[in-house]
Amino acid sequence: MADFTPYRVVLRSRMRAQLQYRTSFVTDVVGTLGVGLTELAEVLVIFHNVDVLGGLDFSAALLVFALSNVCFSVADMLVGHLDQLPTYIRAGTIDAFYVRPLPLLAQFMASDISLRRIGRLSVALGALGVALSIGDIAWSAATVAIIVLTLVSGTAIFAALFTAAGGLQFYVVDGAELTNAFTYGGAYAAQQPQRVFPDLLRIFWTFVVPTAFIAYLPAVAILDLPGDHLAPSWLAWFTPLAAVLAWLLAAGCWRAGTRHYQGAGG
Amino acid sequence: MTRPDHDAPTSPTGQAGPIIEVTNLVRDYGGLGRKSRRVRAVDHISFGIQPGEAVGYIGANGAGKSTTIKLLMGILRPTAGQVRTCGLDPMRRRIDVARQVGVVFGQRSQLWWDLPLRESFTILAAIHRLDPAAARDRTARLVDELEMGGQLATPVRSLSLGQRMRAEIAAALLHSPRLLVLDEPTIGLDVLSKQRLREFLVEERRERGTTLLLTTHDMGDVERLCSRVLVVDHGRLAYDGTLPGLAATVGAERLLVIDLAEPTRPLQDVPGARLVAVESDGLRQRLAFDGARTTAAAVLTEVSRRATIRDLAVEEPDIEDVVRRIYASSAGQR
Ligand SMILES: Nc1ncnc2c1ncn2[C@@H]1O[C@H](COP(=O)(O)OP(=O)(O)OP(=O)(O)O)[C@@H](O)[C@H]1O
Ligand SMILES: [Mg+2]
Repeated sequence: MADFTPYRVVLRSRMRAQLQYRTSFVTDVVGTLGVGLTELAEVLVIFHNVDVLGGLDFSAALLVFALSNVCFSVADMLVGHLDQLPTYIRAGTIDAFYVRPLPLLAQFMASDISLRRIGRLSVALGALGVALSIGDIAWSAATVAIIVLTLVSGTAIFAALFTAAGGLQFYVVDGAELTNAFTYGGAYAAQQPQRVFPDLLRIFWTFVVPTAFIAYLPAVAILDLPGDHLAPSWLAWFTPLAAVLAWLLAAGCWRAGTRHYQGAGG
Repeated sequence: MTRPDHDAPTSPTGQAGPIIEVTNLVRDYGGLGRKSRRVRAVDHISFGIQPGEAVGYIGANGAGKSTTIKLLMGILRPTAGQVRTCGLDPMRRRIDVARQVGVVFGQRSQLWWDLPLRESFTILAAIHRLDPAAARDRTARLVDELEMGGQLATPVRSLSLGQRMRAEIAAALLHSPRLLVLDEPTIGLDVLSKQRLREFLVEERRERGTTLLLTTHDMGDVERLCSRVLVVDHGRLAYDGTLPGLAATVGAERLLVIDLAEPTRPLQDVPGARLVAVESDGLRQRLAFDGARTTAAAVLTEVSRRATIRDLAVEEPDIEDVVRRIYASSAGQR
């Protein structure tokens, strides 16, 4: 039976530390709220000028935006601090993780939680609520199932991206930009109507780094859109499978990275 | 010279075999990229440490001490050779090794920087899945013995260096490890702090029989705490044995300080001894001799033929000097 006490204790202390400084916490939340609103504004601006983008009308595009942003915000809140790894690696403070009797990845995930990202999450949740109510949705058990599966699997896919990027940091300690391209690039790609991309790129974002599964494919299924050759609406049901595959890749990257660790002198 | 702690107790766990076993261990850094030069930090080192031993691991800067420790803990993967810590391969069984070993890296903290010290202990107790009541007792004892009661509410980042180091050691001992590994635990500490830390470690080992592996640049640590020393030099093991044996190996001389009844001419002609200094018009004279070739008694007999001895003292070789000689002699070979 797994006992999560260690993780609970660490997380609780991290949360306390963050909430301890009320004003700075509040400003941080306002900051991420601002980021969320800016991204939302982009969508609004685009649809002020066009009616349809990549085959999606406003409510569909909003749904894609909302699904990907909810998933990204949650993943970012839970494991986004993995992008701090280069700092730990360069300073050698990561050694402390190795001498504690818990799996490295679990320790790292539990080592922090970015509560301030709740600002961005609330924007995304608001957008999701609006998108689901204005969208032309034939509600059924299947629709609800797809939404739930999507939110869980999409978060898992983003978390896998953060983890894979983390593993790569051990090889390219100065490669934060490269790995950010992975995570933030993935987040950007996830919230686009896929048909704005050329086929080759769509294949990449579907079958290599499976961010199309996070929002676009589910949205096609939820709204019962016609889809196309690279996005048949039944593909949405494979979102959990995409998450599993993403995690296999991420675990491999992470394991290779931590075993490749070169130390930091001293 | 203070006596090292020779009465190493036997392992309380009864697990047979060495607690550390290293065979032909090699570790290289770099060499993957075209720019980086390959550095051999550990070069075919072999040694074993039995449960209950206290071993000083010494060597100049960059000799490979910290690298060896990281290999022992499964932080780094060996380039070649074998490591067994608590009988386990630390690359495969890192977590099981971590359960049985306490580690302090003196140069960097393992505590939670922004939290009150007390919280670090709580978190570590949870990480090691200690029973809460037992964890409270153990924390209270360590805090008491290391005199940290006043700092429990202080954030770690505000602790003084000495306070932080004591906290690090308490943290490493919280789960009552069989093996304690300290990488430069006294770096930067003042004389009094060093002494208190050493006293605590002697006491802790006497009580629990904890095996100790210690790297340091302070020979006082080794003299007070270790019955055995390993000297590494450029990644190679240059010496493995007792501290007095180390002095004998490099032919370090012992020193006789002789007070004479009346001013005497410089005693330059004593067989087997070398005159080092003459003080107070010849009332006090210092003679150095090689303990392997002659004895203090023989030198004294010769001196008493020439003058009346009022008082005398024997000084053991200065261990820093001994180590300097080892480094110097191996540097000469290169
Ligand atoms: N992460 C690293 N990358 C490249 N080279 C390293 C790294 N860590 C250590 N080295 C090199 O390996 C050698 C051994 O270093 P190590 O830190 O083990 O020495 P040490 O005996 O602990 O020295 P000190 O007494 O200064 O702490 C040195 O030449 C050092 O420059
Ligand atoms: Mg070192």
